[in-house]
Amino acid sequence: MSALAVEHITMPVFGRLSPHASRADQVAHIAEAARQIRIQDLKLVHFANAGHIGGDLSAADILATLYGAVLNLDPRAVDDPERDRFILSKGHVAGILYTTLAAFGFLPIEELATFLKPLSALNGHPNRKKVTGVEANTGPLGHGLPIAVGHALSAKLDVSRRRTYVLVGDGELQEGSNWEAMMAASQYELDRLTVIVDRNRLQQGATVRETNDLDPLDQKAAAFGFAVVEINGHDHGELLDVLSSVPFRPGKPTFVIAHTHKGHPISFMSNNAAWHHKVPSPAELQQALNELGADVDSPTRGTAA
Amino acid sequence: MTPTLRAPQQSLADQPRYDCRNAYVDTLAELARTDHRIVGVVNDSVGSSKLDAFKKAFPDRLINVGIAEQDMVGVAAGLANGGRIPFVSAASCFLTARALEQIKADVAYADRNVKLCGMSPGVAYGELGPTHHSIEDIAWLRAIDNMVIVVPADPIETASAMRWAAATEGPVFIRVSRMSVPQIYAEDYVFEPGKAITVRDGNDVTLISNGTVLWRAMVAAEQLATEGVSARVISMPTVKPLDLDAVIAAAAETSGIVTAEESTTAGGLGGAVAEILVQHHPARMKILGLPEFAPTGSATYLLDRYGMSPDGIAQSAKSLLA
Repeated sequence: MSALAVEHITMPVFGRLSPHASRADQVAHIAEAARQIRIQDLKLVHFANAGHIGGDLSAADILATLYGAVLNLDPRAVDDPERDRFILSKGHVAGILYTTLAAFGFLPIEELATFLKPLSALNGHPNRKKVTGVEANTGPLGHGLPIAVGHALSAKLDVSRRRTYVLVGDGELQEGSNWEAMMAASQYELDRLTVIVDRNRLQQGATVRETNDLDPLDQKAAAFGFAVVEINGHDHGELLDVLSSVPFRPGKPTFVIAHTHKGHPISFMSNNAAWHHKVPSPAELQQALNELGADVDSPTRGTAA
Repeated sequence: MTPTLRAPQQSLADQPRYDCRNAYVDTLAELARTDHRIVGVVNDSVGSSKLDAFKKAFPDRLINVGIAEQDMVGVAAGLANGGRIPFVSAASCFLTARALEQIKADVAYADRNVKLCGMSPGVAYGELGPTHHSIEDIAWLRAIDNMVIVVPADPIETASAMRWAAATEGPVFIRVSRMSVPQIYAEDYVFEPGKAITVRDGNDVTLISNGTVLWRAMVAAEQLATEGVSARVISMPTVKPLDLDAVIAAAAETSGIVTAEESTTAGGLGGAVAEILVQHHPARMKILGLPEFAPTGSATYLLDRYGMSPDGIAQSAKSLLA
């Protein structure tokens, strides 16, 4: 591992386990995908010399769970109108979305090495016209939730069972457009819409609490008509159980507060606002990869997509 | 005269006037009957968009998100993601100002099949003042890539532009006038995107206009003819993409160009024409529109005040001949 180069951004393609796989196997599958996604994402940011590593890592387990075991998505049928939709509202963590899409067969793994390079499809914020599997061109905060509400409305009009998931940052909830959208979601009883909050409690340079506090977030979401669930956003079992069993209350959209840490689980990054968009040095990269056991062979692999 | 124009029995100035919102709602209902993907999206603007009958006919297909424009445009982008064709109907001032970032990112940059319909644009709200005027909408949206901008001049063109927009994938902004206008086009007129229409030929001077000001320019040309001035009148319903050939030909074949529009003089139709001419065929120009926050007054008063009465337009045309 001493001479890491951009070509070393590589990993197995994780498919989906059979729906009949045991919960323990599903959780192990998600855990290994999340570990690989983090390893590649750290390299991605290191070699691009830019990115949002803190928020990437806080969202990694949520994304690995959604793509690994929850979303009804097939990389061979990305335009299937009945597919579930996942919208990444916190578009600045595009790096973790790209590594996740690559891990599950939507994006060629080789393409990850182009991240942020001139003319790369992999811009600092996702573009659905350039990257297969991206549903919305996000980046400015507070955009994903209204788009998700619109898609959930379309599904309701179609009398379709397709689901809509949107991942928002907690700092992002300071944007008023989210609350406009939440009122509409409740008014239209969009119970196949799930809002997941990456509740890492940090924004760009400070805590959410000292900036413009959101608490009591659970009570606010409930008051806006959502069924609210709080989970550990790094616990794959909890994520799997909750995200695959929505809606919790008929007629109500779901609001999952996923408690996370920016930079998780890297010792020197975790819960440290300095790592919002800092780039790991070669030594820091090496240490982070060691902590993730990057030399250990993948113990579980899904069926290749 | 081209066959698309309504046969003139009398001057346009003396003909009955129509509110284009009526053509809008009739056409939206017609489109919705034949295409289940069509939905309306509003910010509580059911009444001001005259959508009560649409709501009765298609109760599930009029999405009212309440007074929340950012959400309204984001929701429209999400509906398009789900295969629907949303016609967002809201007062142009709130639609384009309040939701500008959603228009840019969620609709234009993401290339979503959303139809943005700016109701009661320009100075239609008259005495309600500059907070409710939407003279900036054209300039704002012109700066956004992947946005088609259409400013219909009468009910026929409003309906035809909507039919084209419904049948064409991609983002479109259509202004739907509240200020009453005479019927300019014949019933069989078909809107063609990006095409100028020479509604009156002439070789001394050119008047380029659209929307509620087009008929005024046409009456100005009638007046100029009585004074021996031959004015070409070009209808420019599509501000973006602009018909470059028609603009350059007018600059080459006449002594100067007057643009006249119900919007700001900075970056509207006049700005678009000037950008082309300065690079391809510099010409004498006069840009008529609103150069400032308007004082209190009716829409008609304000258009007249800023030189867009037929007489005012004619005076501007003559100033280019001197």
